[in-house]
Order: sequence, then C-alpha cells, then structure tokens
Amino acid sequence: MSVAGIIRGARRLPLSGKIGLALVIFWIIVAVIGPFIAPYPPGSFANEEVFAGSSRQFWLGSDFLGRDVLSRLLSGARFTVGLSVVAVAIAASIGTGFALTAAVGPRWVDELLSRAMDTLISIPSKIFALVLVAAFGSSLVLLTLIIAITYVPGNFRIARSLAVGLARLDYVEVARARGEGRLHLALVEVLPNMIKPLFADIGLRFVFIVLLLSGLSFLGLGLQPPDADLGSLVRENTSGLAEGALAIIAPAVAIASLTVGVNLLIDAATQGKAH
Amino acid sequence: MEAQHVDVRNLCVTVRRPDGSDLRIVDEVSFTIARGEVLALIGESGSGKTTIALALMGYARSGAVISGDITVGDATLGGNGKASLAAQRGHRITYVAQSAAAAFNPSRRVIEQVIEPALIHGTATAAEARAHAVALFEALALPDPATIGSRYPHELSGGQLQRLMAAMALITRPDLVIFDEPTTALDVTTQVEVLQAFRKVVREQGATGVYVSHDLAVVAQMADQILVLNRGTVRERNAVRAVLETPADDYTKTLLAAARPVIKAAAPITAVGKPLLSIEGINAGYGPVDRNGRAAHPVLTDVSLQIGRGAAVGVIGESGSGKSTVARVVAGLLAPTAGTVSLDGQPLAASLKGRTREELRRIQIVFQNADVALNPAHSVGEILGRVLRFYHGTSGAALNSRVAELLDLIKLPAAIADRRCDELSGGQKQRVNLARALAAQPDVILCDEVTSALDTVVREAILELLAELRRDLGVAYLFISHDIATVKALCDEIVVLYKGTRVESGLRDTYAAPPFHPYTDLLISSVPELRTDWLSGVGSQGKVPFAHLPESADLCRFLPRCPVAIAGRCDVSLPPLRTMAAGNAVLCHRTEAELAGEFA
Ligand SMILES: Nc1ncnc2c1ncn2[C@@H]1O[C@H](COP(=O)(O)OP(=O)(O)OP(=O)(O)O)[C@@H](O)[C@H]1O
Ligand code: SF4
Ligand SMILES: [Mg+2]
Repeated sequence: MSVAGIIRGARRLPLSGKIGLALVIFWIIVAVIGPFIAPYPPGSFANEEVFAGSSRQFWLGSDFLGRDVLSRLLSGARFTVGLSVVAVAIAASIGTGFALTAAVGPRWVDELLSRAMDTLISIPSKIFALVLVAAFGSSLVLLTLIIAITYVPGNFRIARSLAVGLARLDYVEVARARGEGRLHLALVEVLPNMIKPLFADIGLRFVFIVLLLSGLSFLGLGLQPPDADLGSLVRENTSGLAEGALAIIAPAVAIASLTVGVNLLIDAATQGKAH
Repeated sequence: MEAQHVDVRNLCVTVRRPDGSDLRIVDEVSFTIARGEVLALIGESGSGKTTIALALMGYARSGAVISGDITVGDATLGGNGKASLAAQRGHRITYVAQSAAAAFNPSRRVIEQVIEPALIHGTATAAEARAHAVALFEALALPDPATIGSRYPHELSGGQLQRLMAAMALITRPDLVIFDEPTTALDVTTQVEVLQAFRKVVREQGATGVYVSHDLAVVAQMADQILVLNRGTVRERNAVRAVLETPADDYTKTLLAAARPVIKAAAPITAVGKPLLSIEGINAGYGPVDRNGRAAHPVLTDVSLQIGRGAAVGVIGESGSGKSTVARVVAGLLAPTAGTVSLDGQPLAASLKGRTREELRRIQIVFQNADVALNPAHSVGEILGRVLRFYHGTSGAALNSRVAELLDLIKLPAAIADRRCDELSGGQKQRVNLARALAAQPDVILCDEVTSALDTVVREAILELLAELRRDLGVAYLFISHDIATVKALCDEIVVLYKGTRVESGLRDTYAAPPFHPYTDLLISSVPELRTDWLSGVGSQGKVPFAHLPESADLCRFLPRCPVAIAGRCDVSLPPLRTMAAGNAVLCHRTEAELAGEFA
C-alpha cells in the first residue's frame, strides 16, 4: 500500500477511527522521541515534595519519591509501547503461522497443534507468565518472549478457526487441484483473506499485553526499577491514590488512552469496506 | 373506480452511490393487484424485483430511500393517520423467503414457530392457531399434518420447510403474501410438489400475493398477472397467458427465449477411438475408510463414464446425488475407494500427490459458485497470471498479453485484469472462473453447476460461450447440472445419477422420447413448461407402491420413489443394465417395451 493510499484510507475512517488514529500516532511519537524531550532523567529525585501537583517546572507533578512524573511517563511509554508491539508481533506470527500449518497440513498436524494449544490456553495467562518469570528471571528479552508465548494460544485459536474455514473454500480447492504447494495455499490463498479479523484480534491482544505487562510490573515481576513501564508507574504510586495524586492518574490515563486508541482505530479500520 | 386492494403509484427507490450521486434502482413503477390475485414480478438479477417486494412491506435496505404511494388494504406507506406498511409486517403483510432453512430456529419445534405470528399479533388463541396450522399443513400436502409440527427443523427436508414457511406466512390470514423466489433453491422434483402446494393453498385461502422469480415457467403456474421488470422500470404488464403467448416488449421476448435454452451447435465428435478421459467403476465417499474399503459415508457406487476428445458429457441428478463428488474424484481432490480414472488410457493416481503437474494441467475444474471460487484478495490478472506461471512458466510482457488474450476469449475487456473479483457481476465472475481453467490449456474441463447460480439471460450467454470454446479450442467438458434443459443444450451425451448410482446414460437424442429410466422420466416431467396449465397435468402418475420401504444398497435405489416398481422383481434383486434400441443404457427391471409403454 502506498503512502497516498494510507492517507486516503485514513480520510475515509469514521470519527472514532480518526480519534483512535490520532491517539495511536501520538503514542508512537512519544515512544520514539519521549526520552529525548524528557525535562529530567527519569530516575533523578528532582522535586523535594512527593505527590506534588502540577506546576510550571513539573507539569505532571512528582511521584512518591519526588521524581518528575512527566519524565518518567515519557520514558515509560517507550517500554510499554515497544515491548507490547514486539510481543504481539511475535505472538501473532507464531500463532498465525501454526494456524496456517494446521489449516493446510495433514489432519494429524492440526490435531497435535490444537491439542497442544488447548493445553496451554487452559493455564491462566498470568500464572503461566508468573511461573516462567520466576523460573527464567525477567530480563527485557525474556519478559518479551514470555508475554509473547502467553498470547500465542489465543491468537492460534482465532486464526485457526478463520484459516480452516477459508481453506475449505472453493478457491483454495481450485489451487489445490492445480497442484499448488502448501506454502502457496497458506500464504497466497488463505492468509490475505484473514488479515482483517486477525488485526481486530491483534489489537485486542495488544491491549491485553499492555495490561499483563502492567500487572506483572505491579507484582514486581515486570520491568525492574529504575526502569518503569506505564503499569509500574501506576503501581509505584498507589499510595497516592487516596489523595488523587497526578502521579497515579497520569499513567493510568496514559494506559487508557493508548488501549482505547488502538481499539478505536482497529474497530474502524476493520469494519469499513476499504481493503 | 373502486380502490384496488394493492395500489402502487410512482414507486421509486433511490440509493446513494459511493461517489455521492443518486441511483434509482426502482424507477416510477406503478401497478395494482385485485383482492385474491397473484402478481408475479419477473426480471433478471438486479432488475429490482426484491426491492419492490420489500418496499411493499415498507422496508428498504440500508441507505435506500422509498418514495411514491403504496397502499395495501387500508395501510399506506407513510401511514399518515392510518396504519403504516411497516407496522403490518408479519401480520397483515407476510413474507416467504428463498431459504426457509435459514429462517427457522433449529432448536424449537416448527409448530411453535408457525403459529408464533398469530400469537404475537393476537389474531387467534393458541388452540385456534394450532387448528388453523394443521389445516394449512393439510392444504400444503405435508405428510402427517397433525403431527409434523412437533418435529424440529433439521428433521424436515428443504421442500417441507419451504411449505411450512408458507404456512407461517398464511397463519395470520394476511392481506398480502410476498413470495421471494421460494423454490429457487429446490430440486426440480421437489419444486413441483411445493408449487402445487402453494397454488392450492393460495387459491383456497383467497390470498393476495406477490410472487418474485426469475423463472417464467414457474411464474406461469402461480400468477394471474405478470409484471416484467428490467433495470428498475416496468417493461410490460399483462395477464400471464398474454405475456407468454403474445409478448409485446422486446425484453420480454429475450426472457422467453432464454427460458428454454436451445441446443448449441457443437462440433461433430471425430475419431471415436480411445476415450480421452475414462472413469471405471468408481466407488467413493467421505469420512474414514474401513477395512473393507468402504467410506463411512459412501456416496458413489460403481460409476463409470467416458469422455471423448472434444466431447461434452453431462451429469444430472438431484441435490446430494453425488454429481460434485464425481468431479472431485476426477480432479484428484477425493481419492476413490475403488475404481480408476484414466487419461488417454493412462491410469491416474488416486490423489493429487501422485499426479504429475502435466496431468493436473490437462484436467481443470470450475466450481459452481464464482463468489467463493475466486479469491477475493486477488485481482483478475493475478488469478489468471498465477495459472500461466505455474503451468507454462510465462512471465513478464508475455504474461500480460496472454492474460489479455484470455480475457478476450471470454469476451471481457482487458482492463478488467486490474479489478478485484468482488467488484464484478455474477456473470463476469463466472467468465473469469472459466478463464482460469482455460489458462491451463486443459484437455477437459469439469464444470460443476457453472450456470446454476446465474439468471436465465446470463446463463444463456455462458452456455453460448462454452459451446464456442469447445468448437474453437476442442476442449472437452464434464458438465454437471441439476437442470436437464441446460445439460441438453450443451452436451452430446448425458449420464443420470440417482443417489450415487448411474441409472441411465445415452446420447442426447435418446432423452427426447421414451423409453427411459423412471427417474429420468420424473426429472424430465418436473421441469416447468411455459404454459399455464402445466402444473395441473404433472405428478398424476398415481401411487408409489413401495414408499414404505427404506432405501437399500441391495435393491434398486429408486424403489421407494418409483411409481412403476414391480412387486416380486424390484423388491427382490438388483436391477440389470439394459441397452435400449436407441442406444441408451438403463438400470431397471422393466424391459424396453414396458418402459416405452409406461411413459408413452
Ligand atoms: N465433505 C463431505 N463430508 C461428508 N459428506 C459429504 C461431503 N461432501 C458431500 N458430502 C455428501 O455426499 C453426498 C453427495 O454430495 P455431492 O456434493 O456430490 O452432491 P451433488 O450431487 O453435487 O449435490 P448438489 O446438487 O447439491 O451440489 C451428499 O449426501 C453430501 O451430503
Ligand atoms: S428397477 Fe424397479 S423400482 Fe427401480 S426404477 Fe426400475 S421399475 Fe422402478
Ligand atoms: Mg454439487
């Protein structure tokens, strides 16, 4: 798709989609340049006062240790957005890859994969992630991989049911009768027709991942201080909840706007008739 | 002048095009229907038939705007003071849709669903409604009218559900019943029964109806008046007989001509010698195969047929008879449990894996439903290009010019190569579907119901194209259809399948007059004819002597439905294959003389 095509597509989005798109673009920009425009280093104790309100020097006030919330938010966004994007990409590639294999492969492969995924999905994702983190530690790479693996079965289930349905359609049958290999069937005939519903699923899963990451951080198993994602920012500052400190409201609003934005955009983009 | 029961004046339905301009899909249509009459709306797809029918219920598909005056009974479109059409829906105005199977809730007994409208609108008590429903079932010739209602939808056949849906539409004694292609999805043999039931019940109840169809012969049986539509405008309106016998409008004449396909001039079959494709004693089915080599759901039993170079062989039979299964076996998509398929005398491997690319190229398959046969993610050029690259290694400029050539062959403009398939009309899609098979330069094309989803005018054009391609390219066809008229128009040889067995095979001309197999006779006599008194004449062959017997693989499969079965012969052993004087082979206990006599 050309740049002009994307712009045209964006123009055709309904209002909710445009809002979603704006939010998503905003967060991508923040994730990319955030740390460079942060007024203070994220770890420095810049303010004497803890849970300070908004002021000229500290737009979003200070946190429970007196650090600048805006700076921490700007660098935390990078972790949340970056890690979630990578994790969801890995989860979707593996899940959809397996799903396509199951759809065009022999029956026993389908059985094997489906049973394996059923087993995985029956383990609650948080506990699963917890055990893995406990077992393997929580470096950034490991954390990403663990979160990705947690979401493979969910994506597989959706993608498989789509792919199996599509693989029975006449056009795939025709390609099969032509003598096409399985790779062609999967990538050229089936995959392009499941992109839209898949993206809806990926959007949802992205949101889950943001929340899982926040949850893990909340339990102290996510990113280790002084690094902090948006979820850890909420957790760190829970003691400010009673006084309604900006330090807890700001990252919470950030998570909400990111996840709502992604959902609005994906809903609008996958519902329209545009390809 | 007395006010008409249904009065439509200057009806327009407008939709907005993507570019913002308005498009009138129904343009200034006016008509009236007297109480107790049935008006047929006829025209090809896209002519606005269904749109008008829906407008009579005050309903427009999303984005469409209705204008004009419509009065049904004492309700009007806008309402203004009186009842509005929309409020009458399901009560005073009811609807019978094309697919009844989709309209019933599978988890509730049918009687509850049939009487539901009467209860919702309070036109009768539950007991009255039940009694009325049973009377309607009886009038609709449903078996066991008193108890059939307690069954669930999956326990009933498509034809029975269609009749039950008519009962549901009539239960409130409506002012107007709209039938929207109610028999299009049914087999010809079932269609006859359903049409007879509809006609009887409409007459008895004195119901006023609108009957939407693209099939003139069906309409001729059901309606009093015909309204011929083309692109949203009225071309002709007259009594049925007048339309059929003295059509005034050119478009009506085209429709009439297309209603009965004429036989397409074919190349004479040359060299009789070795057949191109031969199928010997195929048994096939679905599901796991057991130790004796039988599939869990056997479909085909001992099917054989031969196709000469450049010949066209037709396979007919009702839905579920295994026609598509034959094509799937030949294409290698389904491995037979017994028998062989050979090409030029060389036996082919049972499944795709064992066949060479060259063997695959020589046999191409074209599916019925072009909507799902063409990948919506690809452009026409990509679809055709893939086949050319795959089999012939064509690429670059040669590829583009070959695609253009193919499009020319199927009479589509070259510019269509850049379009996606979902932007094409049904007829265009079916042409592209054919072009994809032609791109392989095959020796034989398996055409599975390629014209069944098309309306008569488009069907005629596709048949013409198929005949022309055969003449010019010498390609052979295995042409599958449930419509004997279509098969006769294209094929020089016809095979009749009944429940997976070949009950008759022979040259086209042998199907013109008896003797033929009793099932073939049923098929032929079930095709509606273009005269108003046809329906009254059919199906009077009398009782079926062995209707109570279950179908058995050890006896003639047609026994439970055969009107001429002989006690002591047909219910004892398998029938022999007899060759008639005209050359057709018939699988029946009856002798040639008996068969000729029965149906003379
Ligand atoms: N994949 C399948 N698995 C199990 N049974 C099948 C399958 N496909 C078809 N059948 C059954 O095989 C029988 C023959 O089917 P087939 O599609 O060959 O019929 P057909 O004559 O082509 O019918 P139609 O006119 O409706 O296309 C039917 O009873 C059908 O239910
Ligand atoms: S064998 Fe008997 S039952 Fe079968 S078609 Fe012939 S007459 Fe009818
Ligand atoms: Mg079929």
